[in-house]
Formats: sequence, C-alpha cells, structure tokens
Amino acid sequence: MRIGVVVFPGSNCDRDALYAVERVGAEPVALWHAERTLKGSDALILPGGFSYGDYLRPGAIARFAPVMQSVERFAREGGPVLGVCNGFQVLCEAHLLPGALLRNAALRFVCRRVRVRVERTDTPWTSGCGAGEELVLPVAHNDGCYFADGGTLDALEEEGRVVLRYLENPNGSVNDIAGVCNEGRNVVGVMPHPERASDPLLGSEDGLGILRSVLVGAAL
Amino acid sequence: MKVRVLVRPKRGILDPQGEAVRSALPALGFEGVESVRVGRLVELEVERADEVEAMCRRLLANPTIEEYEWEVLEG
Repeated sequence: MRIGVVVFPGSNCDRDALYAVERVGAEPVALWHAERTLKGSDALILPGGFSYGDYLRPGAIARFAPVMQSVERFAREGGPVLGVCNGFQVLCEAHLLPGALLRNAALRFVCRRVRVRVERTDTPWTSGCGAGEELVLPVAHNDGCYFADGGTLDALEEEGRVVLRYLENPNGSVNDIAGVCNEGRNVVGVMPHPERASDPLLGSEDGLGILRSVLVGAAL
Repeated sequence: MKVRVLVRPKRGILDPQGEAVRSALPALGFEGVESVRVGRLVELEVERADEVEAMCRRLLANPTIEEYEWEVLEG
C-alpha cells in the first residue's frame, strides 16, 4: 500500500510521517504541494507544521495549493485521508471536515503528551484500535481549540463522528474533541500526533495503531 | 482603488486574545473596559471592487468563525 504524505512549504512533520508510514509496513510517498498528482497513493496524510507560515489563518493558504484539488477529489471519492495538527486545520479550511481550530484557550503553545480516548473504530484510521482504547499522544500546537456551531456539534455527536476525545483537554476544545471525521468517515482530522508516537525511541508507539489501521483490509 | 477589509471573530466565539488584552488594560490603570475583541485589518489595492466580496468569503475570512465587512476607501 502506498501512503502519500503532502508536503507544504512550512510542513515540519512530513518526515516523521513518512518514517512512521514505513514503520507500519506501507510505502511512503512524498507529495509536493505544487504538484497535482497523488502518485498512485492509496491513502493520504496531511502532516503537521506551519504551512505557509500559518499566515492569515492556519491552513487558509495551504487549502488552495495545487495538490489540494487532487486531495479533495480523492477525499470526495472515499479515499482515506488523515490530517494531523496543521493537516487537520487544512482539512477544516478546505471544508472536507466541519468546524475550525481556534487559538488555544489559554493563549499558550501546548507541547506535551496528552491522554485521549478512541471514540470510534469505524473509520479507516481507527479500525485497528480498540473501542474506548486510551492512547498517550503528543500534542504541539498554538491553534488547536476545536470549534463548531451548535447544530454542527450536535450532528457530530449524534452521528458518532467524534473520533478522538481528550481525557485532559489541553486547549479548550469544545466537548473535549481531539479528532473528528466527515460524513463518509474516510476523512479524519486529529490534533495529536500519531507519527510522533511511532517508535520506542520517541517514548511511545501509541500512534502506530492509527497508522496501521489504514492497512487493515487493504492489500500491502 | 483602496479597499479596507475588517475581519472579526463572530459574536459568541471564544476570543482568548481579546480576553488577554481586556485583562491587561486594568493593570495599566485603564478601568471600565468591559470587552475587547481582536480582529484583523486587511488593506487591498484593487482595480475593481466587484470581487472583494468573494475574496472575503473564500480566503480573507473563515465564515465558520469570523464575520467581515469591507469598504472602498477611495475611488
């Protein structure tokens, strides 16, 4: 299986993501933002970082990068897409996921490990996790306070589209939301970094379950 | 022509920057400030103003969390 990792100017977790993809036994493929081809990727990761310097709003400019047209088509056709941190922000700006990520409530950049619970295992990115499983994953962000208006939030909860929930909310996210999915469940955005918990040398392998999930049911 | 676009957090949206500024003002002796909202000012120089609305909607503001208004400053 080929997993494409989109590289925007200012992405800084792309190499970690490529490394983690390799760790779970898939073929990592770097996708430069200025290209339009997905190079035959079977799944896509939009990594963390500060694409385009977070200018205007995080993800606001990256959302219009040439590669994003192909990413949007891939997502709308049901292809598995995972946005991590800045990638989550890009997916929200691109309207592939609902809501937005606001400045952290405490106005501080948070960089630490947090405990999260896997709320749903019926997405391609959590199918290999246990329902209700607790993971310890690193977060590192300035704008991670998830927000959606009341109606959208009710729909997310009723339709079981909150994928990850903080057990200790680091940023003021509404309903302790750490990750959500789209209606089709193939597009998932999470603020914590699974790729930074993908090797014992990094202190944790809790993120591997998420990255390995996408391989479940797919031919390597 | 010059166009000035004002982007603000929507009413009811948490604005921690505004709140931080509000709580800093009394420390400088400015009393009676009940609320502060921090937004963004974008100044454009454009040939025509007929696409400014679309620019606001698609890029300059995120309608999920922000409201905007714009005006032409000079012809």
